[in-house]
Amino acid sequence: MMLKKIYFPKQPFRPLRRGDIVVLLSVIALLYLGIRLALRAPAAVAGPEISLHPRGLPYYALRSLLRMAAAYVLSLSFTLVYGYFAAYHQRARQILLPLLDVLQSVPILSFLPVVLLSLSVILPEGVAAELASIVLIFTSQVWNLTFSWYQSLTTIPEELQEASDTFLFNWWIRLKTLELPFATPGLVWNSMMSWAGGWFFLMAAEIFTVGERDFRLPGLGSYLQEAANQGNLPAILWGVGTLIAVIVLLDQLVWRPLVAWSERFTLEMVERDYPVTSWFYNALRSSLLIEKLSRFSAALGERLDAWMLQRWPFAARVRISEEKGGLNLPLLMIGIVFITGVGFGAFNAARLLMQVSPTQWIQIVLGLVATTLRVLISLVIALAWTIPVGVAIGMNPRLSSWLQPLVQTAASIPATALFPIFVLMLLSLPGGLNSAAILLMLMGTQWYLLFNVIAGASTIPQDLRYTTALLRLSRWERWRTLILPALFPYVITGAITASGGAWNASIVAEYIEFGGRTLRTKGIGDLIAFATARGEYPLLLASTIAMIVIVVLINRLFWRRLYQLAEERYRME
Amino acid sequence: MENATLVQLEHVSQIYRSGERRFYAVQDINMEIREGEFVFLLGPSGCGKSTLLRIITGLQAPTEGLVLYRGQPLRGVNPRATIVFQTFALFPWLTVQQNVEIALKARSVPSDIRVPRVLDLLDRVGLDGFESAYPRELSGGMRQKVGFARAMAVEPELLCLDEPFSALDVLSAESLRGELLELWTEGKIPTRAILMVSHNIEEAVLMADRLIIMDKNPGRVISRVTIDLPHPRQRKSPRFLEFVDQVYGILAGQTQPEHIELGAAPGKPGVTRWLPDVHVGNLVGLLERLNETPGDTEDIYQLADDLGVDSDTLLKLVEAAELLGFVTVAKGDITLTPLGEAFSDASILARKEIFATRIRRLPIFQWLLELLRRAEGRKLNWDVVQTALSLELPPTEAEKQLEILVAWGRYGEILAYDDETRIITLELAGGLPVSKDARGG
Repeated sequence: MMLKKIYFPKQPFRPLRRGDIVVLLSVIALLYLGIRLALRAPAAVAGPEISLHPRGLPYYALRSLLRMAAAYVLSLSFTLVYGYFAAYHQRARQILLPLLDVLQSVPILSFLPVVLLSLSVILPEGVAAELASIVLIFTSQVWNLTFSWYQSLTTIPEELQEASDTFLFNWWIRLKTLELPFATPGLVWNSMMSWAGGWFFLMAAEIFTVGERDFRLPGLGSYLQEAANQGNLPAILWGVGTLIAVIVLLDQLVWRPLVAWSERFTLEMVERDYPVTSWFYNALRSSLLIEKLSRFSAALGERLDAWMLQRWPFAARVRISEEKGGLNLPLLMIGIVFITGVGFGAFNAARLLMQVSPTQWIQIVLGLVATTLRVLISLVIALAWTIPVGVAIGMNPRLSSWLQPLVQTAASIPATALFPIFVLMLLSLPGGLNSAAILLMLMGTQWYLLFNVIAGASTIPQDLRYTTALLRLSRWERWRTLILPALFPYVITGAITASGGAWNASIVAEYIEFGGRTLRTKGIGDLIAFATARGEYPLLLASTIAMIVIVVLINRLFWRRLYQLAEERYRME
Repeated sequence: MENATLVQLEHVSQIYRSGERRFYAVQDINMEIREGEFVFLLGPSGCGKSTLLRIITGLQAPTEGLVLYRGQPLRGVNPRATIVFQTFALFPWLTVQQNVEIALKARSVPSDIRVPRVLDLLDRVGLDGFESAYPRELSGGMRQKVGFARAMAVEPELLCLDEPFSALDVLSAESLRGELLELWTEGKIPTRAILMVSHNIEEAVLMADRLIIMDKNPGRVISRVTIDLPHPRQRKSPRFLEFVDQVYGILAGQTQPEHIELGAAPGKPGVTRWLPDVHVGNLVGLLERLNETPGDTEDIYQLADDLGVDSDTLLKLVEAAELLGFVTVAKGDITLTPLGEAFSDASILARKEIFATRIRRLPIFQWLLELLRRAEGRKLNWDVVQTALSLELPPTEAEKQLEILVAWGRYGEILAYDDETRIITLELAGGLPVSKDARGG
C-alpha cells in the first residue's frame, strides 16, 4: 500500500560518469574544509550534566523533539527548492541529480565531527553542538524527501500540465493546485520514513564526544546513554518508555491524520476499499473551531493568491526539450570559480590522504571487506524472516489489521536507543561484537524490508491466488510462480533502503564506547568511529571516502540493475 | 463564408529528432478556422491531429511554419483558446466547483464574480447538486461535463476538443454530443469557433461544418470535406450516409497494384509500408463477416455497426486485410477476394498456413526474416531488431512495429519469441512447437 519509490535516473549503465567525479571531488573538498576548521577547535569541552531523574524526561523529550522538528523544517524547505530546480532546469539537473545520489550514500555519522568541530570554531559550543545535531538529523531526513518531490514533479501526468498551461496558471497556482497536491502522498510517506531515520541518528547526534571534547546535548539520546553508562536499569526503562510514548503520540496525532488526509491526493479515480482512518483526523474535521479557522485561512489564501497572480503573471513552463543550449557568461564564471575551489580542496584533501600509512590503507581495505560481509549477512537474515512473516501478514487482511500498527510501533523505535541494552545482552554471545554488530545493523534495517514485503504481498491480485489454488499447485510451486515474482520489486526496493541503512549503522555498531570501555571489531565503520574519537583526520577522510565509493559503486552496479529489472518485468499492473 | 479568420496555419511542420534522424509528426499543414465554424480534424491514430491541436492552442511551438491568430503570430499559450481533454484532466483533489473555479481564479477573477458564474455554468450543464462532489465520485460522462464547464467558464473564442467522447461509454457520449451541439447551434455560448479532434467518422459527419482529413506517416492533410447538412442531422438519412460513405472512401483509400500496395523494405529506396496494429483474431472476424455477405461486397461504414468496432479500428482491419490480399477496397466498398474467401473457410491450421505465406510476401517481413537468417543460430535479441528498425522510425513506433511483426509471425508460426530472454527465433518451416507466452496483446 505504501511503497517507498526509489528514484534512479534513467541513464545507461556506467560505474562512474564525468558528473560523478566532479561531485565526488566536491564532497571530498568539503570534507577537507571541515577538517581544516576542526583542527583549530578547542582542545577540551565540558558537557552538560545529564540528570537521570524521570522528572527531567519531559524536558529532554521536548528538546529532542524540537531538534527533530527544526531539522525537518530545514529538510522540507531544502527539498522544495532543490527538487524544483532539478526538475525544471536541465542545466542544474545535470549536477543536482548525481550530487543527490552521492550525498545519500555518504555515511552521515562521519560528517558529524567535521560539522561539529568546524561549527565550534565559529560559534559558542552550545550553539555549535545544537546546530551540528540539527544539520546531522537534516542529512538523515532530507534525501528521500528530495527524491520523492523530484520524482513527483517529473511524473505529473502530461494532461494535467497541459490543462494548467491552457488555463494560464502562474507558478504559484500551479504549485498550489497541481504540484504540491500531486506530490503530497509521496511527501507524507517519505516524511514518516525521514522521521524514523531522524530518531535513529538523533540518538547518536546527542551523545557525541571527540577525544577530550564532550559535545553532549540535553535530550532523550544523551539520557539513555548516561543511563546505560551508569548501568541504571530503571532509568533505561523510563527513557525507552518516554521515547516510545513520544513516537506513538506523534503517530496518532500527526502521521495518521496526515496519511488519512493525503488519501484525497491520490490520482486513482476509484474509491479505496479500506481507506486509512484516524480518530484524531475525524475529530478535527468535525470541530467547529477548525472550521472557523479554515474559513479564515481560505479568505487569507484568496488574498495571497490575488497578490501572487498580480506579482507573477502567467508564464508557460519551460519545456526541457526546448531549452536552447549555449553558454552564458555568469554561469561560466561561477563554474570556473566552483571548479577552482573544488580542485584546490581536492588537492589539499589528497595531501592529507598522503599521511595515511600503508598499513592503514590495508586496514581500510580489510574493513571494507568485513563490513560488506556484515551488511550482506544482515540482509540475508532480514530476508529470511521478513519474507514469510510479511507474506503471512500481507495476504491476510484480518491479521494485518491488528498486526500492522504493532509492527509499525516496533519499527519506529530507533535501534540506536536500544543499542546499549542489546550490547549488554549480545556481548556474551559467541563471536562477541563481531556477530553482535550484525544484529545491531539488522535491528535498524529489517523494518524497511518487512514493510515492503507486506505491501507487495497485499498487491497480489485475488484472482491469481484463486487460480493457483484451483491448479492445486504445491506450496513451493505457488511461491515460485506467484508470490516470489510478485514480491520481487518490493523486496528490491526494501533491500536497497535496508542496505543503505546498514552501511550507515556500521559506524555505531562496530565501535562502541560503553561504560568507560571501548569495544571494537574490524570494519570500515569501526575505522571511521575510531578515527573520529581519536581525532585522526587523515584516517577519517580516507575511510569515509572509501565507504562513499564502495556504496555508490554497489548501488550503481548491483542495485540499480536489479531495480530496473524489477520495474520492467515484475511489476503487477 | 465571409466571416473573419480566427486561426491560420501556414506550412506548419512538427519534427521530432531521434539520434541523427528526423521524423515528421505533421508535415506542411495549411489550414484555417473561421468564425462560426465547427471544424473537425479527422484521421487515424498517430496522424498527428492531437499535435496539431496543441500547436493551434500554443501549448507547443511548431518546428517550422507560422501560426496566426486573428492575423497575429501566436506566441506561447493562446489565452483566447481552451481545451477539453480526452481524459478530462480534472484535478482529483478539487471538488467539481473548485475545478471550474480554478480556471477563473488563475485569470484573477475575484470570488464574488467567480462563484455565481461557476454555479450558473454548472447548473446549465446539468451538474446542479454536484458542486461539492469530487471527480472520482462522478461517472465518466459527468466528469467530462465538468471539463466542458471549466473550458466554457473562461469564455474562449476558440474551443478545442481533443477526442472528448472517446473515453466515455456509448450512451454518455451520445447525450453529451447532443448537448454540445445544442449549446453551439443555438448560440448559448460566446464561443466563436470549435475545433474538434476525432477518429470517429460518424461523429464528425454528425457535428461538423467542415472536415479536415489527415493520414499518417507522415501526418498530413489528405482531403477536406464541407458538410452542408442542416442541424439536427438524421443519422439514417441518405445524405448523411452518403457523407459517411465518402469519408470512409477517403480514409480507406483505393487498393493499388500490388507492388505499390506492399511498398519497399526498410532501408530500401521507396516508401516502407508499415503494418497496421490489429489482432489477427479480429481480422478473421472481419473476413468471416464479409464471407456471409451476399456478393462478398459491402459498404465499409456498414461494417462498423455490425462488428461493433469504432471507425479507427475498422479502418486498420481493412488496411491489414487489403495488405494481405484478402480484400480489395474501392470507393468506400470492400470486396472479399477468392483468397480471402478461402482463408475464411479454412480450418484453424490451414488458416495459419495461408496467413504465413501471405505475410512472407510483405517486404518488411522479408527484411526481418533475412535479418534472422543471417544471424547466428537464426535468433536475435529483441533490442537488436528494434534498434535496426529505429533507423527508419521513431523509437516508440519501431517498438510497436516489432510487436506487430512478432505477433503476426507467431500466429503464422514463422517466428518464436521468448519473453524471458527477449530472443526472437526463426522457426524451421512447419517444425517447432509454438512458443508459449504471448507477448502483451
